[in-house]
Amino acid sequence: MSDLNGYNFLFAGTALTLLPSGALWWGQENLLCVSDLHLGKAERIARRGGHLLPPYETKDTLIRLERDIERTSARIIVCLGDSFDDLTAAENLAQDEAIWLTRLMAGRRWVWIEGNHDPGPVEFGGTHMAELFHPPLHFRHIAKTGAACEVSGHYHPKARLNLRDRSLSRPCLLMDSDRVILPAYGTYTGGLRSDDAALSQLMRPEAIAVMLGSPPHPIPMPRNS
Amino acid sequence: MLERSAAPATLLIAPTGGGKTLAGFLPSLIDLAQNPSAGLHTLYISPLKALAADMRRNLQRPVEDMGLNIRIEDRSGDTTQTRKKAQRADPPHILLTTPESLALLLSYPDAPRIFAGLKRVVVDELHALAESKRGDQLLLCLTRLQAMRPNLTRVGLSATVDDPDALARYLAPHPAICDVLTADPGPTPDIQMMTTNTAPPWSGGGARYAIPEVLEAVKAHKTTLIFHNTRAQAEIFFHDLWLANTDNLPIAIHHGSLDRGQRTKVEAAMVAGHLRAVVCTGSLDLGLDWGDVDLVIQVGAPKNVKRLVQRIGRSGHHYNTPSKALILPANRWEIIECHAAIEAVIAHDLDGDPRGPGPRDVLCQHLLITACAAPFDADRIFAEVTQAGPYAALTRAEFDACLDFVATGGYALRAYDRWQRLMQNPQGLWQLRDPRQAALIRMNIGTIIDTDTLTVRMRGRGGKALGEVEESFAASLTQGDTFLIGGKIVRFESLREMVVQVSSDRGRRPRLAVFSGTKFSTSLQLSDRILHLLQSGRWDSLPPHTRDWVIQQKTVSQLPKPGRVLVESFLRDDRAHTCLYGFAGKNAQQTLGLLATRKMEQLSLGPLGFVATDYATLIWSIQPVTDPTPLFDLTGLHEGLETWLSENALMKRSFKNAATIAGLITRNHPGQRTTGRQATFSTDILYDTLRKYDPDHLLLSLTREEAMRGLIDFGRIEALLTRTKGKLDHVCAPHVTPFSAPLFLEIGRVPVEGTGQDMLLATEAQRLMAEAGLAQNG
Repeated sequence: MSDLNGYNFLFAGTALTLLPSGALWWGQENLLCVSDLHLGKAERIARRGGHLLPPYETKDTLIRLERDIERTSARIIVCLGDSFDDLTAAENLAQDEAIWLTRLMAGRRWVWIEGNHDPGPVEFGGTHMAELFHPPLHFRHIAKTGAACEVSGHYHPKARLNLRDRSLSRPCLLMDSDRVILPAYGTYTGGLRSDDAALSQLMRPEAIAVMLGSPPHPIPMPRNS
Repeated sequence: MLERSAAPATLLIAPTGGGKTLAGFLPSLIDLAQNPSAGLHTLYISPLKALAADMRRNLQRPVEDMGLNIRIEDRSGDTTQTRKKAQRADPPHILLTTPESLALLLSYPDAPRIFAGLKRVVVDELHALAESKRGDQLLLCLTRLQAMRPNLTRVGLSATVDDPDALARYLAPHPAICDVLTADPGPTPDIQMMTTNTAPPWSGGGARYAIPEVLEAVKAHKTTLIFHNTRAQAEIFFHDLWLANTDNLPIAIHHGSLDRGQRTKVEAAMVAGHLRAVVCTGSLDLGLDWGDVDLVIQVGAPKNVKRLVQRIGRSGHHYNTPSKALILPANRWEIIECHAAIEAVIAHDLDGDPRGPGPRDVLCQHLLITACAAPFDADRIFAEVTQAGPYAALTRAEFDACLDFVATGGYALRAYDRWQRLMQNPQGLWQLRDPRQAALIRMNIGTIIDTDTLTVRMRGRGGKALGEVEESFAASLTQGDTFLIGGKIVRFESLREMVVQVSSDRGRRPRLAVFSGTKFSTSLQLSDRILHLLQSGRWDSLPPHTRDWVIQQKTVSQLPKPGRVLVESFLRDDRAHTCLYGFAGKNAQQTLGLLATRKMEQLSLGPLGFVATDYATLIWSIQPVTDPTPLFDLTGLHEGLETWLSENALMKRSFKNAATIAGLITRNHPGQRTTGRQATFSTDILYDTLRKYDPDHLLLSLTREEAMRGLIDFGRIEALLTRTKGKLDHVCAPHVTPFSAPLFLEIGRVPVEGTGQDMLLATEAQRLMAEAGLAQNG
């Protein structure tokens, strides 16, 4: 799969690839994992009396997801939680977007892991789980302290790198010997800087951050010393 | 003034110190004395909160002396909630406030009651308000007041301007006529170039070379204002001034990034006459009557003659003393520019860019504010807003697009039928769908968009607030870095809860703080004067070193001519260089650099980077430019604007401003911002999404319009290219030319982006991984 232009790495003895889009590809198992899609975010903000943001983010997220599925021919899709911005947003998905999602799910094993935004089953098919153990990896939404072989999301990590004449800030994957934290995949998602206390405490000192790009680039995880 | 007290609008133009503000109030005082009445009689609007408070003190005295029973109060963002409530319940006779506070008052359902007895509106410093969207918002607010009080009279007070009639049309309720009263401009200012022992450097803007002369001038006068064009320059100059200030003269600093408490202290010390000098920026351009300022020093070229005249007016604040000013050029080019500017001041030749039509993002906000007060009829509000001078030419279709945007989002995909912000009630009036929205809309009132800044505080519990720095600057700091703020060198310790924690540092060489100071472009009129000065051969009054420089340029290459563009090509270090003298201002020259390098990329000339000043753009490339004509191809330029220029960071910044003002997003309120990820994502994402899926959306056309005028200044480029079509003078010089030499020292080089950036990232990432001993395991 060299044409994926991803970042290949070994984690818990398994060969994984971070795709330029922020999805995690486990080639040997034909498993594609994406985190924090936040589908329906613009609808939820409008519903709650907030702003009327451009209502195109669900479409954009689905376009990118479909592209990754096509490129990898994935058989198993794991959505690592916060797949919908809330449970009502899942119900209120525009009809064409709901059909689109159903079409993507057809003929594949699809696992919805619960997140804090979507803590319950949604009306789409697939399997709903609090966590998934696909040996040797544990997939859950929020990282647990003390866990190992863990793949999680939730934090939307991003990293900043100073180049000579500019400063780049991009979503990133964080990794140490115990865990991998995926960047948010949804189009309308911000990021939490890797030097935030929450992430600095969670990750080991030798952790690395892989900044998204084509291909993604690993750097020592920037942290607040 | 009194004779015209019944006219719908009057514009009074007088220099500072002419007593024009009191003249503006006189009819109110007389009317109130003759016909005592309860309730609000006169509204006074000024661009500065401090000015409103100052005016209250100035008015109080004559009112008390005359024994009049007139209540005068001020109201701004700093007024306490209790006071504000009391003012709404029982308004004073005269209320002194700002455009934003007025907009807020109009958003309350009881606005008609508050303004029930209003007779007059006095707008101070109208020339300053008219230069920004704050003026447009104010004029829209006045149409609301006019609808409640049809006989309302408006008085505008302004410093000297280039086009009084345009300002009068701006102020008057369209199509009413507005009389213009012009006071005697007073004696011609005494304005000179500062002479120094050391010649100014070839580039840069600090003017550090002239510190000894500036100190001498301060000693020889009672009080001196030292104006700088940017906050960063003011900081550095202030620091250097103190290093040389062996007599410990009381000298302070004042600019918009400093903590409010500190600014207030400086202002108070100034009024009390305790200071000998204040190093300042545009934050002191307006308002407060300093009284005893007897010298103004302008450091760096003034960029704009009108602003120079207004700054000079800050000294000799008495009607019959001529203002005294010294102009201090910071580099060689600026000597010529300062020279041209002084000529313009003496010739009373003011400059000004004509204003475009009223910006529609401000109109969008106005519609939201109007809906907060009460359900409204679209036809009636359209009739109202087109009475505002800046919106007189607004079409119904444009108005309806704005209304659709605030009501439904205005998207091609009609996704929000259930969640509209405004909806029509059974009577056909537009109202808020959710009345709770009003609070959010009120919080977002205003048209000043600050770049994201972080507070700087001394480390420790309750550490002293020093001021603000841009977020991007704060993000680039690592522990131990030092920078200047408030004239102090501080050491960066950490970033905690969005506060930059610093400690004192004893070092003498700080890292430079990048403040969000406005970057002005030289006005076209001033550029034109420079070109004519160069062509005239009247160089006798230039200092010898500068005269030699000009003569050398004429020998090696040629002097740029008005109405033509000079292009120089030469080799330096085996690298091809091309210098384009457009004299179009820094923003426009920068855009020209982007456009020309793009063209060179297509021509396979291998452009590597460029740098721009107000006068010229210098490009370096692998292959030389043999024929400059294609670089100035107008059709190609338009293509560029529609496609790749849209991805430019400047466009994204314009989008953010328009989106905030129009109410698509809420501005970041200091203190309310969380570090949380869910709450905020960059507006760049919204911009990219709209471009992809809804390219005809209202906000994108607003963004383009704005960028054409402002950051990208495409309008100037277009005008330049049309004017000079086919009038290129191409010189192949044997080496670096005298006029291009300073550009090599200029900071702000722009590398040409593309694959280059990815290569930089890959190299840096590898270096860091190797340094950390982290082998790539993939």
